[in-house]
Amino acid sequence: MSFLTYLLSGVSLGSIYALIALGYTMVYGISRMLNFAHGDVIMIGAFTLWTAASPSFFPGNPGLPTAVSILISILVCTLLGVLIEKIAYKPLRNASSLAVLITAIGVSYFLQNIALLIFGSDAKAFNSVVSFPGLEIGGMKISAETIVTITVGVLIMVGLSLFIKFSKQGKAMLAVSEDKGAAQLMGINVNSTISLTFAIGSALAAVAGILYCSVFPQVSPYTGAMPGIKAFVAAVFGGIGSIPGAMVGGILLGIIENLSKAYISTEMVDAIVFAVLILVLLVKPTGIMGKKMTEKV
Amino acid sequence: MKNGKKILAAALSLVMGLSLCACNNGGSGSDKNELIIGGIGPMTGPTAQYGNGVMNAAQLAVEEINAAGGVNGMTLKFIPQDDENVSEKAENAYNSLKDSGAKLIIGTVTSTPCKAISPLTKNDNMFMLTPSGSAVECVQFDNAFRICFSDPNQGIAAAQYIKNNNVASKIGVIYDSSDVYSSGIYEKFRTEAASLGLEIVSSQAFTSDSNKDFSVQLQQIKSAGADLIFLPIYYQEAALILTQAHNAGLETKFFGCDGLDGVIKQLGNDAAYAEGVMLLTAYTSDSKEEKSAAFTKAYSEKYNDSNPNQFAADAYDAVYTIKVALEKADVKDASISASELCDLLKKAMTEIEVDGVTGHMVWDESGEPTKDPKAMQIVDGAYTALD
Repeated sequence: MSFLTYLLSGVSLGSIYALIALGYTMVYGISRMLNFAHGDVIMIGAFTLWTAASPSFFPGNPGLPTAVSILISILVCTLLGVLIEKIAYKPLRNASSLAVLITAIGVSYFLQNIALLIFGSDAKAFNSVVSFPGLEIGGMKISAETIVTITVGVLIMVGLSLFIKFSKQGKAMLAVSEDKGAAQLMGINVNSTISLTFAIGSALAAVAGILYCSVFPQVSPYTGAMPGIKAFVAAVFGGIGSIPGAMVGGILLGIIENLSKAYISTEMVDAIVFAVLILVLLVKPTGIMGKKMTEKV
Repeated sequence: MKNGKKILAAALSLVMGLSLCACNNGGSGSDKNELIIGGIGPMTGPTAQYGNGVMNAAQLAVEEINAAGGVNGMTLKFIPQDDENVSEKAENAYNSLKDSGAKLIIGTVTSTPCKAISPLTKNDNMFMLTPSGSAVECVQFDNAFRICFSDPNQGIAAAQYIKNNNVASKIGVIYDSSDVYSSGIYEKFRTEAASLGLEIVSSQAFTSDSNKDFSVQLQQIKSAGADLIFLPIYYQEAALILTQAHNAGLETKFFGCDGLDGVIKQLGNDAAYAEGVMLLTAYTSDSKEEKSAAFTKAYSEKYNDSNPNQFAADAYDAVYTIKVALEKADVKDASISASELCDLLKKAMTEIEVDGVTGHMVWDESGEPTKDPKAMQIVDGAYTALD
């Protein structure tokens, strides 16, 4: 009984990791860079929703309706993602990967500190965007947030896979991820394809941020840091560059985390998670789903 | 070009003259007789809210004291320094404050850096009053005093309260093993509970890296059959725990320490989850008590509507304690050396009584304050004093 409860809360946590990991994996697949600022875009997404939905946004207004606030948040993050790519990463397109990595870390700290300046350091109460009650099956409570997170995660994964397989832009992404130079020679606009990847990845980050803060109803400038790292682990775990891999990696990570909390130690949980990552990489360096020449975006 | 420079020079000297005037108008004495108090605490980083609460409240208290005529003809000046809750940075901050002419220190705000700089202040014989460094070692030397309760005291008081009032007999604990405050309270609570015959059925730890998801810990405590969960932690995590406990259908009581103050606001729309939570604390921002209410009002007016937290209240009391101690020691000249001042204040601290926003306090040579934590319960969305 309690095992099922642990498993379920693990899946719930894991589907949020999976959503974040999708963004990591897409950007890595296409531009071969680790966008460490991804976690902080999540935080910006949550803060945007918090601002838009709070009564003080428009004086005398009770706050924008949830659906509008979610749209605004997705829009802001999409723009932010494209902007970050244009300003910070594009000039480094041909630089060493170390320079790009360090820039990404810089962007991450920049976003955190901007949020610290604007919103202050104390955690803000975040009101869940999910308003219907949860389910109760055989004495086991399943919160509405869990249901929504898992559903949204699966929908987005399926949607993204279809987009890449069948749409023109999706195919362009696939081409750029396989060979940037050849894709350019075939008449694909590499710059706009990379921008599109960042736009999609950041829009996903906004969704992940909103869901993360609905499940754990607080937002602070450091909200995105730890889930960002965990999602990166999930992406590597599942095979970085692979979309189903990110999903599987995320959910597995959530389950491992919760089960080791329940049966081994609540304090050692991060050590265990990273130890599992090392083991997986030793046995299968490309991650669970990461095969050579699989669907890579 | 030459003319331009002349005009600039004239303008600059005018500005300088004006600023001198401002000083003279502001203080009651001459601007030379200004006693500099240094403040050290995290003003950026994850624990910034504690440091900012302290710095804001200390600045507020200093301004109030100066507006009321200063202390024995001296005006006070408060210089805050950021330590980001990092020991090395606290040491740098301390040295930089010494260079700025600070004669005594309010700080540090958090326990870890506090432990790091206490040998330095001892070495310099610099008076140090920590508003909120609650670890035992913060006041290990004779030059250091504190305003807040020490961690062991809170743990003991909590266990005794639960026992004496028959609040519960089977207790579950969730604590932050990566935090000295939380684990310090927990350790003492555990030993005291054992000697009082309270049964701790489940102790669950978490660390600051995994402080969002408590579903497993709550489930374990539920399975262990606890009827009360003791939360020696801060309000952010407590808010998440209360929400998740509600979602998991837990029907236990909750009991916490001063770190829980602020939990109602943190819950936002879900404030109802905090109903019935009990806590031992010296100050709450919703207090109706005259002194506390006046402080809360002044603070939120000065710092755009933000509510002061426990740390801010401690810092406000720290500045007023220094004022009372300076008066007791009859310090009139701000040019006194830091070491001489420390000797005078050390003696004065054990002789004074302070009625602050965090209660009535007296000190002994150990540096520990004697004050009574008040038991509060959250009823209808407000902190209500018990018995």
